[in-house]
Amino acid sequence: MSDAQFEIQLIACLVAVACAIPGTFLVLRKMAMISDAISHSILPGIVVGFFLTQDLNSPLLILLAAITGVLTVVFVEKIQQTKLVKEDTAIGLVFPALFSIGVILIAKFANDVHLDVDAVLLGELAFTPFDRVYYGEVDLGPKSLWVIGSILLVTLILLFAFFKELKLSTFDAGLATSLGFSPVILHYGLMSVASITTVGAFDAVGAILVVALMIAPAASAYLLTTNLKKMIGLACFFGVLSAISGYWIANFLDASIAGSITTMLGIVFLIIYLFAPSKGLIAVLYREKQQRIEVSLITFLLHLKNHTEKRERHVNHLNEHINWQKVRSKTVLTLALKNNMILITDNIVSLTKKGEEFTSKAIEYILTNEDSLIENMKDDFFLFRG
Amino acid sequence: MEKIAVKVDDLTVAYNYKPVLWDIDLQIPEGVLMAIVGPNGAGKSTLIKAILGILKPIAGSVTIFDKPYKSQRKHVAYVPQKGSVDWDFPTTALDVVMMGTYGGLGWIKRPGIKQKKSALEALEKVGMLSFKSRQISQLSGGQQQRIFLARALVQDASIYFMDEPFQGVDATTEVAIINILKELRKAGKTVVVVHHDLQTVPEYFDWVTFLNVKKIATGAVKDIFNDDNLTKTYGINYKVSIQK
Repeated sequence: MSDAQFEIQLIACLVAVACAIPGTFLVLRKMAMISDAISHSILPGIVVGFFLTQDLNSPLLILLAAITGVLTVVFVEKIQQTKLVKEDTAIGLVFPALFSIGVILIAKFANDVHLDVDAVLLGELAFTPFDRVYYGEVDLGPKSLWVIGSILLVTLILLFAFFKELKLSTFDAGLATSLGFSPVILHYGLMSVASITTVGAFDAVGAILVVALMIAPAASAYLLTTNLKKMIGLACFFGVLSAISGYWIANFLDASIAGSITTMLGIVFLIIYLFAPSKGLIAVLYREKQQRIEVSLITFLLHLKNHTEKRERHVNHLNEHINWQKVRSKTVLTLALKNNMILITDNIVSLTKKGEEFTSKAIEYILTNEDSLIENMKDDFFLFRG
Repeated sequence: MEKIAVKVDDLTVAYNYKPVLWDIDLQIPEGVLMAIVGPNGAGKSTLIKAILGILKPIAGSVTIFDKPYKSQRKHVAYVPQKGSVDWDFPTTALDVVMMGTYGGLGWIKRPGIKQKKSALEALEKVGMLSFKSRQISQLSGGQQQRIFLARALVQDASIYFMDEPFQGVDATTEVAIINILKELRKAGKTVVVVHHDLQTVPEYFDWVTFLNVKKIATGAVKDIFNDDNLTKTYGINYKVSIQK
């Protein structure tokens, strides 16, 4: 691995972590689309900043562009507050307008400089090692590395300082207000961090990948954990994982690095979406199937409890009495037998003591909806896990 | 004469220029357990939110023990409506209760052992200690409401505002909650509850405010909880038979 390769991966990883942190809060605040809006509408800010500074990594340019990002949020909120359009419509109105101003500015005035729409949308990680910082004669590394490194450092400091405030205002803005933690300040603080990160990452990975790096890792992490700290940690991990694996795939295929990283983000999400232990698609479908069977089981047990006459409890008659098909009856019968809830003597089914108790408890729960009754049943049965 | 815990003067709140609360004057004496009743859209939640500074009034003022709310935050606890938060948020019951301690900590400072201890005590008080590590979406509606109550209890305030704490809870939880509220009153705290079930007002509360955009009446339940005020609040045909 050459120095340049190492530097590219390092930059990609730092960008991934810097994006995953604000991204986690955007996902939890149901504001994923805002990051898309910001990433596009900072373009005019970048162009104007570039006219003024002639340097894509200048702090002034980053600041100007970040202000455009925050302004986007303000515009969206203002339009939405009129109640004439919904939030998603407002987003769809604001960012194309700002983005197109940027596109026109580039076409009109910046034709002869290193700034074109392609580079803005897709970025070019491969070129980042060429633009370097020097202290006198000493090579201090790629500029991008310094830019995103500083942004990440500030993000981490803010995260550690205001973690509790961010958590509270994201979960319950009303309580945050009443306790004196202004959700408005925290909201715009988060929007500023998201905007600055977007601008800082922009040059390296482009507008589209920035969105993917903010949202996909956080969305993946959300499906795996019920702890906010772990969610942030996992989001960073998935971002870094996709960044490194994406880089090597791009290397192998001789394709765009940004494109490969985004693809990996998508693949990581897809795998987790399918296989996450409790919130994954397969787990959910399995649970639903189990719940259907358990509802059948209770129906069946209730039938036995309600009917003392033998005719009603004969194995062959059960199908037609409850109006089930053979397969279903068989599954339920096996399940009940396996759990020692029924006895079958001479093809007559009867409830055991355990089955008797289980049925009464289940019915009582269904009638009263009181949770304490079924605490000890929750481990065995899906139905009662809410 | 007992102390006035909350004093509301000429309070008007509007959404998009339509007043939802109109010129409210209200004094809540210290140590009462008060219900705010009124039909849907009467501004009950709005009144609480305006007192707590969550909504900005277009006119009027609020004082808590004779001082503006901002300087009295530590004396006030708030239980929002259960539906106002996302219960899928990645956090545990204990963690939500800990949030009640944030106000005392102020900015930046993190909760420590002391805060955790009082959160655990509050969980025990509402009978939810064994659920402390459970993710909040895995709790039933009644349990979620108890978690919110515990979160207010850790604030160790003098005044508690609760927005429909009985909404969507089962009978056992309702009894558990009202017992805790009565305990608070016994300890000299003031408790203000947005309440829907008129039948239980005389049983649960000793003070009541009738609200329907304007304040209709406020005072002791035994004095003013009658058909006359109910009719004024809920419309001309309202009749309810109340066992006193």
